[in-house]
Amino acid sequence: MYGCHRVGAAAVLVAVAACGSGSDAPRSVTTVSWGGSYGRAVNEGANIPFTEETGIRVEVEDFNGGLAQIRAQVDIGEIHWDVVDLGVADAVRGCDEGLLERIDITSLPPGSDGTPAEEDFVADGRTECGVGNLYWSTVYAYNADNIPGEKPATMADFFDVEKFPGRRGMRRVPEVNLEFALIADGVPLDQVYATLDTPEGLDRAFAKLETISDEVIWWEAGAQPPQMLADGEVVMTTAYNGRIFNAQVLEDQPFVIVWDGQVLDVGQVSIVAGTPRLEAALQYLAFATSTESMVRIARRISYSPMRKSGMPLVTTHVVAGVEMEPHMPASPANAANALRYDWAWWVDHKDELNERFSAWLAR
Amino acid sequence: MAAQHPDARPSPAPAVGTARAVAPRMGRFAYFAFCAAVFVFLVAPILVIIPLSFNAEPYFTFTEGMLRFDPDAYSLRWYREIIENEAWTGSLVNSLVIGVSATALATVLGTLAALGLASPGVPARRVIMGILISPMVTPVIISAAGMFFFYSNLGLGQTHLGIILAHATLGVPFVVVTVTATLAAFDRNLTRAAASLGAGPWTTFRRVQLPLIAPGVISGALFAFAVSFDEVVVVLFMGGVEQRTIPRQMWSGIREQISPAILAVATFLIVFAALLLVVVAWLRRRAPG
Amino acid sequence: MGGGDRVPQGGGPGGGPGRPGGLRGAIPFRRDQLRALGLVAPLLIFVGVTFIAPLATMLTRSVHDPVVADALPETLALLRDWDGDGLPAEAVYETAARELERLGEERTIGQVAGRVNRVQGGLRSVFTRTVRELADAAPDPAVAAETPWRDALAGIDPAWADPMTWHAVRTTGERFTSRHYLNAVDRERLPDGTIARQPEERRIYLRLFWRTLLVSGTITVLCLLLGYPIAHLIARAPPRRAALLLVLVLVPFWTSLLVRTTSWIVLLQTQGVINDLLVAIGLVSDDGRLAMVYNMTGTIIAMTHVLLPFMVLPLYSVMRGIPPQYMSAAASLGATPVQAFLRVYWPQSLPGVGAGALLVFILSIGFYITPALVGGSDGQLISNMIAYHMQTSLNWGLAGALGGILLVGVLALYLVYDRLVGVERMGLS
Repeated sequence: MYGCHRVGAAAVLVAVAACGSGSDAPRSVTTVSWGGSYGRAVNEGANIPFTEETGIRVEVEDFNGGLAQIRAQVDIGEIHWDVVDLGVADAVRGCDEGLLERIDITSLPPGSDGTPAEEDFVADGRTECGVGNLYWSTVYAYNADNIPGEKPATMADFFDVEKFPGRRGMRRVPEVNLEFALIADGVPLDQVYATLDTPEGLDRAFAKLETISDEVIWWEAGAQPPQMLADGEVVMTTAYNGRIFNAQVLEDQPFVIVWDGQVLDVGQVSIVAGTPRLEAALQYLAFATSTESMVRIARRISYSPMRKSGMPLVTTHVVAGVEMEPHMPASPANAANALRYDWAWWVDHKDELNERFSAWLAR
Repeated sequence: MAAQHPDARPSPAPAVGTARAVAPRMGRFAYFAFCAAVFVFLVAPILVIIPLSFNAEPYFTFTEGMLRFDPDAYSLRWYREIIENEAWTGSLVNSLVIGVSATALATVLGTLAALGLASPGVPARRVIMGILISPMVTPVIISAAGMFFFYSNLGLGQTHLGIILAHATLGVPFVVVTVTATLAAFDRNLTRAAASLGAGPWTTFRRVQLPLIAPGVISGALFAFAVSFDEVVVVLFMGGVEQRTIPRQMWSGIREQISPAILAVATFLIVFAALLLVVVAWLRRRAPG
Repeated sequence: MGGGDRVPQGGGPGGGPGRPGGLRGAIPFRRDQLRALGLVAPLLIFVGVTFIAPLATMLTRSVHDPVVADALPETLALLRDWDGDGLPAEAVYETAARELERLGEERTIGQVAGRVNRVQGGLRSVFTRTVRELADAAPDPAVAAETPWRDALAGIDPAWADPMTWHAVRTTGERFTSRHYLNAVDRERLPDGTIARQPEERRIYLRLFWRTLLVSGTITVLCLLLGYPIAHLIARAPPRRAALLLVLVLVPFWTSLLVRTTSWIVLLQTQGVINDLLVAIGLVSDDGRLAMVYNMTGTIIAMTHVLLPFMVLPLYSVMRGIPPQYMSAAASLGATPVQAFLRVYWPQSLPGVGAGALLVFILSIGFYITPALVGGSDGQLISNMIAYHMQTSLNWGLAGALGGILLVGVLALYLVYDRLVGVERMGLS
């Protein structure tokens, strides 16, 4: 007596499932990146041209770094992500854990000047399961409108809440923050990782974080810090340098980057192991790490390309028209006081420190 | 504030003596003022969003121009932004597809079950009712975590079907509760009369019961739809790019970048909620009992 | 007087009003029963599959995890003979090296390493590095050594010469385990089998449960303080005005939770509407703007707003049934308004207070979205920790255990609610 109702509902479900699961959908690849203005730069610099050239649709998902979602997909046995934009430490760990495909760098296209890929990529950008695409830095920045009088200039100033009162923004991970804490505490750049490697050094870093933790708003997505600076929610915040740059040139925000003690790092592109769309993923990866794509991205956000052939081609920002070089994290002037991110150290310590950090936050 | 409200209770008894007349009057005033403040607390946060969504500047507070009612300080730019943004329009389509399917499923199954539970002599009625309503009180994080494991094992992770089933489950208690309440006020002799006049169970249901409980069924359905239309945790756990719904889109908007475009979406949702509320209030007036 | 009395369909089978079921003999009654069950069955099965089974899966995961047991079967078999004191025999090292190498080839080492790491922090990288370097580090058969494999593994990482590593392997190798529940109450099992408290810095869950209860209690009290007077006002108002006031309560009830949470961020943030207002009227200085969001204050304010209708509606439906004559009778007998309220009105409204308070409390201990969005780091509740272990640390067993404890608590309160009020009156008025 109620059969027809159930059949009706079932028919709706089947119809929805058929159109939703996309069994007959055109070929597509799911790429995972960091959203916000960087996400837009990758979209315009790599995704749209890729679809135009190959007809393969690019689905974009945002995340905030880390291996958790990839581990979850591999653990549960359903792979939904194909190409992921990872930090080096995560690319290496993911490789060791069998989460990522190994990538043969010689299979990538040569540079725009004909240099074979294996010579074109700087050595930094090379690990077993990832292809380096750009240099980026975690810096700290402030809103000049909200700090009257003397401006902060060193990493120590970031931790000095008496001299510069007000809330701070920091990324909700131990990485980089522990380094910043030690630098602010007076540890020379070349001693930072040696100090972190000792239990006393770690305690010292956490103790330094503790001194400002009441003032910190922890952010997760790269788009948050510029927003918090603009809204006046914080007086200064750590941030990815490109996000601050884009807010400066595209939204005329009075933000200032402090190039002191910032952490210089490499971004990589990797492929999730076991993806059913491996072929399209490889095709996308080769396209997105080509000289042309890297240059297109670098002309939209201030992250330097990792192909030697690309470096001289990055001229001005496509919209704002400003010269990119003075804003690049790897430019000699900016990198003079930079700490090189020691991914090997983080490969070994990331898990235990993530755990310690989240317990520390939850106290 | 709290301490004064017992005194503040309006007493229908006339105050005895002039010396004591002042205190109740002040108490009465404090009581009304307090209630007014609570109503402001309930409604103002929702209303404040609406004008801000017409802000011409990308700020979340009233600019000077807005306070002067300068027409240039207001604009429709954030509405234009969401209409032109494929992520938002796509999520609206997803929300509607998922919401309507989940509602259909929850309403049909829930109404049948409520009919069954209302008929005489159902064994273990209380236990069954308890089970059917439990999705409503179970912390959604627990439901979502369990569904993530279970549905992924069935290959329903990141599919519309998986989320529809999950949302239907979360909407079921609302249908069962509303239809049960309507049936409670329903005169069972009517069905008996229909049966004695020779109507079969199906005819009785369609011609007698259904028209009478229809307001309850429809408000149950609206509740179920509202649940799905506002649900984010299950979608966060089980949905992928292709299952992004409006709440999911708002979630990442709030966590990552609060653009005033979110306020435009919020305004749209407030208007939608008000419409739902009006319809449900109207239906309740029509319901028997 | 109880809310339960007001449920016309309350009570067990046969409790309905004026039903001549018993008079009609046994056979039609049984057919009725079958027909009713037939109507209920589809939904019962549906909820069983889409809801109960998923919960069961999650709870199973909190006590059952076969990954390590399946990955290192021989090593674990040999470890059974290990006394837990000192280092295991050479045969264990040799077998472990062989099995680890196989995991490396199958590229499944990550799942094993991740689990071991949760018992003993730092072991994930020890395991993955060992697999990476094992091929080059295998002992040279030409060199005579007493424990060549132990030396080889300890050469890759000294952790292999630490009994705690093997304890971690053995612990994670249990197919059925209580360690997630122990962990969820800040306890752990030591190598000698005794149960002890976790080291200081890892004791976070009991405190978080406690905080969740405290916050839920605070919110329940706040909702009662704010909700009681307005429920009373609505119950005593003339019908048209009451309907209008009820709409004011129902608007937030129907408005999307995310919209309401967004509103509170907009209102409470440093440069937000409330701070602007306070600065404008000179209550706070421009530098002294209040931090009301991204902390516990934000969580409590926003959750109180979200849950207030759930307090008002049950209070209102009970108060509506209290005859106003009682209060006047008390007054005419000489009671002061306070006495009349405490002795006459309050006791009669108690069923509504109980229903509202229970409902608000039940809903608030499971809250996730609002604390996640406005709570900052100190405004997080137990649900947020479950989400963290589901999505970030991927400690699914622990997430299941924390969820299991929370679920038992909620279900216990749910049963109390059913006893006092009846579940079919849940949340709606």
